[in-house]
Amino acid sequence: MGSSRLTRRRFVQLGAGATAAVSAAPYIKTAHSAGSLALGIWDHWVPGVNDVMRKICVDWGTANNVEVTVDFITSIGNKLLLTGQAESRAETGHDIYCVPVWLVSLFRDRLEPVDDVVAEIISRHGPLVPYIEYLAKIDGTWKGVPAPTGSLSYAQVSRADLFLEHAGIDLKALYPAGGGRDESLTDAWTWEAFLSAAEKLHAIGKPFGAPIAPTPDGSAWLSTLFAAYGAVMVDESGDIVIDSDETRVVFEYLTRLTKAMPEGVYAWDDAGNNRWMISGEGSSIFNPPSAWAVAKRDNPDVAKHFWHHDVPRGPAGRFRASAPFFWGVWDFSPNIGAAKELFLHVSEPDVVSTMLAASQGFDLPLIQAYYQTNNIWGTATPPDGVLYNYPIRGDEQLTTAGIPAPPEIASQIATQGVYPNLVAEVTQGGESFDDAIAWAENELEGLMRG
Amino acid sequence: MATAAELSSLAPPTRSQPVSRWRKFIGRKSTVGVLMCVPLLALVFGLVAYPAAYAMFLAMLNKAETEFVGLDNFFFLFKRDTFWMVVRQSVMFALVAVLFKVLIGLIAAHAINTIPAKGQRKWRGMMLVPWVIPPALSTLGWWWLFEPTYSALNWLLTAIGADTIPWLSDGFWARVSVILVNVWVGAPFFLIMYLAALKSIPEDLYEAAAIDGANGWQRLFHITLPMMRNIIAITVLFSIIVTFANFDIVRVLTQGGPRNSTHLFATYAFRVGIESGDIPLGAAVSLFMFPVLAILAFIILRNVRRRAMEL
Repeated sequence: MGSSRLTRRRFVQLGAGATAAVSAAPYIKTAHSAGSLALGIWDHWVPGVNDVMRKICVDWGTANNVEVTVDFITSIGNKLLLTGQAESRAETGHDIYCVPVWLVSLFRDRLEPVDDVVAEIISRHGPLVPYIEYLAKIDGTWKGVPAPTGSLSYAQVSRADLFLEHAGIDLKALYPAGGGRDESLTDAWTWEAFLSAAEKLHAIGKPFGAPIAPTPDGSAWLSTLFAAYGAVMVDESGDIVIDSDETRVVFEYLTRLTKAMPEGVYAWDDAGNNRWMISGEGSSIFNPPSAWAVAKRDNPDVAKHFWHHDVPRGPAGRFRASAPFFWGVWDFSPNIGAAKELFLHVSEPDVVSTMLAASQGFDLPLIQAYYQTNNIWGTATPPDGVLYNYPIRGDEQLTTAGIPAPPEIASQIATQGVYPNLVAEVTQGGESFDDAIAWAENELEGLMRG
Repeated sequence: MATAAELSSLAPPTRSQPVSRWRKFIGRKSTVGVLMCVPLLALVFGLVAYPAAYAMFLAMLNKAETEFVGLDNFFFLFKRDTFWMVVRQSVMFALVAVLFKVLIGLIAAHAINTIPAKGQRKWRGMMLVPWVIPPALSTLGWWWLFEPTYSALNWLLTAIGADTIPWLSDGFWARVSVILVNVWVGAPFFLIMYLAALKSIPEDLYEAAAIDGANGWQRLFHITLPMMRNIIAITVLFSIIVTFANFDIVRVLTQGGPRNSTHLFATYAFRVGIESGDIPLGAAVSLFMFPVLAILAFIILRNVRRRAMEL
């Protein structure tokens, strides 16, 4: 076996060669290159969820030599939006930021493209819930990935006992737990049928309640009603099309429905309908299961009669409002590589299942396959099966206030509360349909500027 | 033996000349004055001048903040119905609220001034409480009183057999509510300023008026109010500016609703700029009243200065 002696000349040659190789090789930054990651994510309504989320992220950081810190930012008072605005303008703050619904569009210029991550998630776990592409894929580029927690939809939450006794509608038979719906019954669950029930329940002092105020909840339920009647504010090409027969039909409908609603809905915040239902005064609202979760704790006698079910349908279909949550990474983050690896980790089935259990079924996954692998909604109680119909089980289509307008316009329709303000012009302000539409056209023109 | 001149030339060169020049420079009153003003100037520049200039700069950019558009954002606002509604509401809110604050401040100051000096302190302290509590916090208390469904005030009205009032859900009553809270928060400031002004009026003027047989109204209109004119002008100016810029009360109580009927410049600018992502337009909304208020401030302060010189 020959021996070789490392001469000074040979050492210099090897050193130069190694330096050249390192310099020429592409720099791939992975989580293993360590560093730190700061997360600014949504402060969940359901107690205990934050701790579980923090542990998942910190454990991943420990395993990958990344120092992970997690801050939970409330959406109350729009703090999530305000913090995001401050960070995006100052170009400092967290690395990963929670961007629900329209915030992806709002921060489009400051969010790093994540096409590679979304492609990897789809290849590993299958397709995403279809319509979220509209919210998070801006100008052909994904700017947010599905968040592992927070996404919700606005199911109808009703008092099954009151509907049965005073409106003659057996919601548990209409939308049974465990499946087996009778299509002839569900087809009859229309906005007209709901109006009839709402009038009967109003007559006994247990009205339906929903905000007609410029809040996310107010825009959400009204947008589903507009969609069900085919009334659109701004179409896909950005044209204002609010002046239509469909809009007038919605006005007529709401003129009747609001007579069966409490007077205070014009000033309700997003918690107004929850309080209304939890107190036992209300018979129906549009909401995720947070009202039920709180009622279970604070007013169990009322909670045991809650039933989550599909939204009524209209001539153009059955639409349910939803609020998908995304995570994005700021383009000024020094550790984008690690952030993307964390995105992949939190989309794994075990992480999503853990978060679903922690949220007691409040969260709705944005990866379609996870509805087949989780049954948290089927096991929630009381009453048994209360959340079974919280995920989409039938012919409902998910929507968000502002759709189908281009995202930069739709986001403003939602944030400026054009739906509730327009409806209130008619039902509270007593404006004629034409005047209200003229007002809306002026408002919508104001959202068009580039 | 070396001469004194030779010894002097051998000595190491001294630095007395430059040091004394520096000391002379630093010892000048004007230099000291400028140096002592530097922290204040830095604060004014950093916290007032720069943000104001930056806001003006932002107000002249397009929505994407990529192009200079001059005054286009302001012209754009002129075509918006809701913006003109906000202008009307802001003007009405400021004028009505300031009027009530002046009246309540004057009446309360007179009332407290009549109390013997020993007992005045506790009244002054109690009356200042609304002004001392952070408005966002106290407004939350008011929100509970006005709550659209479970209003404590309505509970009281019901208890005495009266009709309930839609404090926050009706446009008229929502405006009344925000003005009421603003007056509640701001009146103590007027009270304390007017009380100080009342105490500075020489007693012998009232004694002379009493000898001449002047009644209470005559003393009020011919002595008290003329002597308080400057302080009234300054407090009104200050309050108009602050009330026009009010944000927290409306934000907590109504968020501008119902039907935008309680939006002020600041809350509407927040909705357009921060919540809807159109920062330049939001900056234009917030700056809209700047020229008007600047002219108003100039006129009022000029008159105050003239009257002070006359005195």
